[in-house]
Amino acid sequence: MREAAYNFAYLDEETKRMIRRAILKGVAVPGYQVPFASREMPMPYGWGTGGVQVTAACLVPEDCLKVIDQGADDTTNAVSIRKFFQRTAGVEVTERTAEATLIQTRHRIPEAPLSEGQILVYQVPIPEPLRFLEPSETETRKMHALQEYGVMHVKLYEDIARNGEIATSYAYPVKVEGRYVMDPSPIPKFDNPKLHRSSALQLFGAGREQRIYALPPYSAAVSLDFDDFPFAASKAPHDCDLCGAAESYLDEVIIDDAGGRMFVCSDADFCRTRREAGHAGQLAAGEAA
Amino acid sequence: MIEIRALTKSFTLYNQGGAEIPVLAGAALHVAPGECVALTGASGSGKSTLMRMIWGNYLLASGSIRVGDLELAEAEPRQIIALRRRTLGYVSQFLRVVPRVPTHEVVAEPLRVLGVSAPESRIRAEAMLARLNLPRGLWGLSPTTFSGGEQQRVNIARGFVHPYAALLLDEPTASLDAKNREVVLALIEEAKARGAAILGIFHDEAARARVADRELDVTSFTPRQA
Amino acid sequence: MMGKLETMTAAVDAPLLAVDGLTKMYGARVGCTDVSFNLWPGEVLGIVGESGSGKSTLLSCLAGHLAADAGRVVFATRDGPRDLRALSEPDRRRLGRTDLAYVHQNPRDGLRMGVSAGGNVGERLMAVGARHYGSIRDAALDWLGRVEIDEGRIDDRPSAFSGGMQQRLQIARSLVMAPRLVFMDEPTGGLDVSVQARLLDLLRGLVREMGLSAVIVTHDLAVVRLLADRLMVMKGGQVVEQGLTDQVLDDPQHAYTQLLVSSVLQV
Repeated sequence: MREAAYNFAYLDEETKRMIRRAILKGVAVPGYQVPFASREMPMPYGWGTGGVQVTAACLVPEDCLKVIDQGADDTTNAVSIRKFFQRTAGVEVTERTAEATLIQTRHRIPEAPLSEGQILVYQVPIPEPLRFLEPSETETRKMHALQEYGVMHVKLYEDIARNGEIATSYAYPVKVEGRYVMDPSPIPKFDNPKLHRSSALQLFGAGREQRIYALPPYSAAVSLDFDDFPFAASKAPHDCDLCGAAESYLDEVIIDDAGGRMFVCSDADFCRTRREAGHAGQLAAGEAA
Repeated sequence: MIEIRALTKSFTLYNQGGAEIPVLAGAALHVAPGECVALTGASGSGKSTLMRMIWGNYLLASGSIRVGDLELAEAEPRQIIALRRRTLGYVSQFLRVVPRVPTHEVVAEPLRVLGVSAPESRIRAEAMLARLNLPRGLWGLSPTTFSGGEQQRVNIARGFVHPYAALLLDEPTASLDAKNREVVLALIEEAKARGAAILGIFHDEAARARVADRELDVTSFTPRQA
Repeated sequence: MMGKLETMTAAVDAPLLAVDGLTKMYGARVGCTDVSFNLWPGEVLGIVGESGSGKSTLLSCLAGHLAADAGRVVFATRDGPRDLRALSEPDRRRLGRTDLAYVHQNPRDGLRMGVSAGGNVGERLMAVGARHYGSIRDAALDWLGRVEIDEGRIDDRPSAFSGGMQQRLQIARSLVMAPRLVFMDEPTGGLDVSVQARLLDLLRGLVREMGLSAVIVTHDLAVVRLLADRLMVMKGGQVVEQGLTDQVLDDPQHAYTQLLVSSVLQV
């Protein structure tokens, strides 16, 4: 299956060592952004070059890989990354969350709880949570070092002042183990509670920005908020129209030119597993017909 | 309360070839609590200069000026500031205020810096303005646009709103009508009665004769021109 | 008498800021040299001089924005006197958010232009751990009132404000933590005369009510006459004269001060 011309998982061993060192440091200092020498990958920036390098450094031949983009396994980005590792590493691939040992993701955390031994690799566009208010990299590093995180709350304050509530709905900042403030990548804030004390190892790779950071299993990741405006995970107030799930994150799908729409689980594997188990949503019959 | 000994003062004008202009030599005076001493002498003889030296506005070249327990020749700026806040009042001929600040606040300010509450300061300031017959309609306006006589009364109100132990009065009745002149003279008499030491310059001879216990001709301190 | 009490308290209390031999060189060029002074609680010190006299360099060194080459800047922190130059950066920055404040000449340098007025005022509160939106907003409203900005503007960005309003907002943002010492660099520079007067009045009131000490750098003698208790005149990086503000302006002892005073129309 694997093309012999490539080293296992595309990157050379020295590069993987370098990345593993950065990952280890990230694990040792949860939430801290470790600089690493990001390589040119055979895909453009913004297509997951950071996540791909972290995945490449973590993969072993025994791994079973799952790749999702916005929760789905069959979107272009997910398919091309999965194929990339099939060709260069020859590892087994799956769409089942429970079967995977390593999951690379963009913008979602799977609905099914992860377990010990699993690794979740996030693709990160902008790793710096302070960037919104402080353009200087020198200054943001100093702010992290000195735990000067007042501006993070300024951002939330602005949200409430403008919208009457914290309107930030994705890339919602968390404080890791009471120390570093971290951008969890553009996952919906609905997924934030899943970051907290997860059994899986969570790794974050930003290729263009050359940063790696990590949440070791069971680390605390607390969403920032105000006493009188507590954090609340939110989702569309519907059930999945296919599987009937009430507690999963939904995508809104426009189904005709008359404004007709349906809500479906964004996590494709979660939805399918439920349907296979006999759950059905409002429009499931239509799909069957 | 105010005591001056062997005081000399000269101005050096560096921008005019370093010309040195002596203005006072061997000046000495004493003002006891409850006493009013009037400075006399032709204009230019150094009356205002002497007064401004007691105020700490002009530095002394040599000699001694004591106000209360403070020796001005050795005083640090902050000691002079404290002296001006608590002990020494000065009614000058000029009113210098931040534009836009209403008159009642200008008059209340000496009390505010002493820590008197805003409402009480205002009551006392307005009582003083009323006594000096400044029309109530002007109290809320900045005194910068007032007439000379009105500004003078604002200045006097500022100088008498707090019971200073020592007072310097530079022509306090100069541009006032008879009615207000009478009010100012009464204020001076009351200040004397409560034990204030007052040093004044009065061109108004009748006023001088009425409030001053002694006169002192500063011409005797004018240095002989070399 | 009162005089005696004065002298006694003077002996007991300590300066808020004691500067000794402060020197900053730019290579061979002098920034400021051998500057020494004491600033006492509640005092406002004005620093005047022409462009290039070293007054801004001095202010930057005092505020820790520039590293001085020699000398001491001892600030009476709540934990006792500390040389600001020897302070670690975290401690200095912490002090800069609590007991010290800095008002820039250009409000854009002291404000977050993309953040609402309320957010600007509230930032320091949040920086020291305020986590209740309602009380942060109340504090912001209170401060907008104190600097005479209409409550209805609380959610507007400073870019929508006039220059004078921006400067007042910067002052509110700087003073919200009730600092004990404020550094101001030409706080009324670039404003219309009428707006300047309003700002001066405001500053005077705040200094008095909060018992603030301040160091104000300006080239405007009228500003120091109205705001500063004491005055320091700088030329060529050196302090040529210092004393009571009105004494220095009315009876200047140094040739340069005389020139400076005689160069303005009327102060």
